[in-house]
Amino acid sequence: MSETIQVPTMAEMMAAGKAPEVLFWVGCSGSFDDRAKKITKAFVKLLNKAKVDFAVLGTEESCTGDPAKRAGNEMLFQMQAMTNIEVLNGYEIKKIVTACPHCFNTIKNEYPSLGGTYEVVHHTQFLKSLLEDGRLTVEGGKFKGKRITFHDPCYLGRANDVYEAPRELIQKLDAELVEMKSCKKRGLCCGAGGAQMFKEPEKGNKDVNIERTEQAIETKPEIIAAGCPFCNTMLTDGVKGKDKEGVIEVMDVAELIANAEDL
Amino acid sequence: MNYIPQILFAIVLLLGIGYFAKNINKLVRNIKLGKKVDRTDKKGERWANMARIALGQQKMVVRPIAGFLHIIVYVGFIIINIEVLEIIIDGLFGTHRVFATLGLGAAYDILIGSFEILAFLVLVSVIVFWLRRNIIKLKRFFYPEMKGWPKNDGNIILYFEMVLMILFLTMNGADFTLQQMGADHYVQAGAFPVSQFLVPLFEGLNEGTLIIIERTAWWLHIIGILVFLNYLYFSKHLHILLAFPNTWFANLEPKGQFENLESVTKEVKLMMDPDADPFAAPAEGEMEEEPEKFGASDVMDLNQVQLLNAYTCTECGRCTSECPASQTGKKLSPRKIMMDTRDRLEEVGKNIDKNGKFEDDGKQLLDDYITREELWACTTCNACVEACPVSINPLSIIMDMRRYLVMEQSAAPTELNNMMGNVENNGAPWPYNQMDRLNWKNE
Ligand code: SF4
Ligand code: SF4
Repeated sequence: MSETIQVPTMAEMMAAGKAPEVLFWVGCSGSFDDRAKKITKAFVKLLNKAKVDFAVLGTEESCTGDPAKRAGNEMLFQMQAMTNIEVLNGYEIKKIVTACPHCFNTIKNEYPSLGGTYEVVHHTQFLKSLLEDGRLTVEGGKFKGKRITFHDPCYLGRANDVYEAPRELIQKLDAELVEMKSCKKRGLCCGAGGAQMFKEPEKGNKDVNIERTEQAIETKPEIIAAGCPFCNTMLTDGVKGKDKEGVIEVMDVAELIANAEDL
Repeated sequence: MNYIPQILFAIVLLLGIGYFAKNINKLVRNIKLGKKVDRTDKKGERWANMARIALGQQKMVVRPIAGFLHIIVYVGFIIINIEVLEIIIDGLFGTHRVFATLGLGAAYDILIGSFEILAFLVLVSVIVFWLRRNIIKLKRFFYPEMKGWPKNDGNIILYFEMVLMILFLTMNGADFTLQQMGADHYVQAGAFPVSQFLVPLFEGLNEGTLIIIERTAWWLHIIGILVFLNYLYFSKHLHILLAFPNTWFANLEPKGQFENLESVTKEVKLMMDPDADPFAAPAEGEMEEEPEKFGASDVMDLNQVQLLNAYTCTECGRCTSECPASQTGKKLSPRKIMMDTRDRLEEVGKNIDKNGKFEDDGKQLLDDYITREELWACTTCNACVEACPVSINPLSIIMDMRRYLVMEQSAAPTELNNMMGNVENNGAPWPYNQMDRLNWKNE
């Protein structure tokens, strides 16, 4: 790696008497999961490149409580939420960006009534605005003409009606965006939501991620683009399950942009 | 003048409407067994939603064929009801085609003409619907929950509609023939673009027979409508009425936003407040409150909108056909969640009818109707909520029942208990140390 990445923490910022433009909420996946860590880094590189004044919470960040809430443990969720809100409010955070649609949804929609109100954006929305403001430029060269299909994360799409930001980014790469038979409002889940990520599926005749991967494969893509670390894992497993490794890559939209820029 | 038909008509009408009102009362009482929930904010948006989704059928056309046919039947039913108004007035006052005698002139012809065309289109659509259910056997009508009554119910409604339309056209055809014969009492009025083709069938019949045919069709048609009205309460067809309040009361927040339980907030705040004394005796005069039950194990634990949802469900299965769990052969079917909720609510209602108040019957929604396996198969993806043409939210019921399982019974699957243990102890769903959260930076 040529250059080292700059990742200031809120504690450091505070000590220096500074307040960042935006807080990057990394999330548990982005912090600990090997595949997701690559997405985190790709996004940070883009933030560095665009000279975004950002910070992370680092060791002061904790699970948003999403998997607990969706599993039915409202008590644990609210404990997590209130702990996080205390930290966020302590730093007087105004704006948050995250690469995880679950964190995005939870902080944006479920924190306000518990005392935590922030402007929350998904990293695809944030990248889109960086491009629009001319703070980041992207050349499509590498991905020109490649067939890319985008899998809508439930918690970004249906849950929050964000369908266009990730698609616009893919189109900026001069790639050929192909849609699966169920997409956008009717997008099929990857199978990980609602805390399913952490358990074996119930008895059935197929795994959800295989069903979804088959739909993706029908579009004959070179790349399946995702916007969620959990979807990424599920679809990567799906592609392996269908013996398409090496033929189809599963990549986060941030990785696509960072790759196009040779970061 | 002979008043007997009019008196008879008034009695039939009163009985029909009276029995219907009684059942509607029961329905309201049952819905009120649920918890109160405030859904009266943003009234403008609510009216707009109702206009778009219930009146405008916006979500039906997501599936173009069924959507188009459904709009015909729906428009047909609403418009033909203007004719029912005329029938009621005629029935009560012994008039015949009273609107025609009001001097509507050509407008009346257009009115009757369009009723006829609509009736014909309804008939065709209903036949196509019947074919889809019985000959083409569309998959979504054949899930396990669609056996027995739900299957018959679907067909009975279609037969009802066919018979009503045929009676309407027969009545008009006979009327038209009588008009041409110049029969007494049968005013020359109306255009009969469809039923004119029935005229050859009446060829050679004398006036008396024709009058009997016309009167029989007229009576059966109106009695049929009243029977249909009363059938609604026992049928998925209740949606023709409840779709309106149901879309009005629907959730307006983003679909991903699940409600934060206030009872939990209170407890968590107390837990996290360093000044709170957990052993403090309640203040003088303050009653020790019974701790609120978390989540739902029976219909009374659900809220009133969820119960209204259950009565509104048309059992169309659009939710289930979009459900990832259901598509991959899991037991979960969001339609079944709604049907079970209604069945249990009806059972509770009957229990109250019998005993005056609810007597424990040793049953509940959880386990006796909805199994844990179904509840744990949900990915909370909201596909069912998006798919429902009348804004029903099966996911909210699944979530409330999961809450009961986890918070009241500690009955989550082991892997989820591990996950929650990790969140509680290390702030992540996996067993990593919170202090390592920034390690990625240097890897
Ligand atoms: S939210 Fe649950 S029940 Fe509804 S479609 Fe998704 S998995 Fe099925
Ligand atoms: S919940 Fe909605 S989509 Fe599902 S069967 Fe009932 S009416 Fe149809």
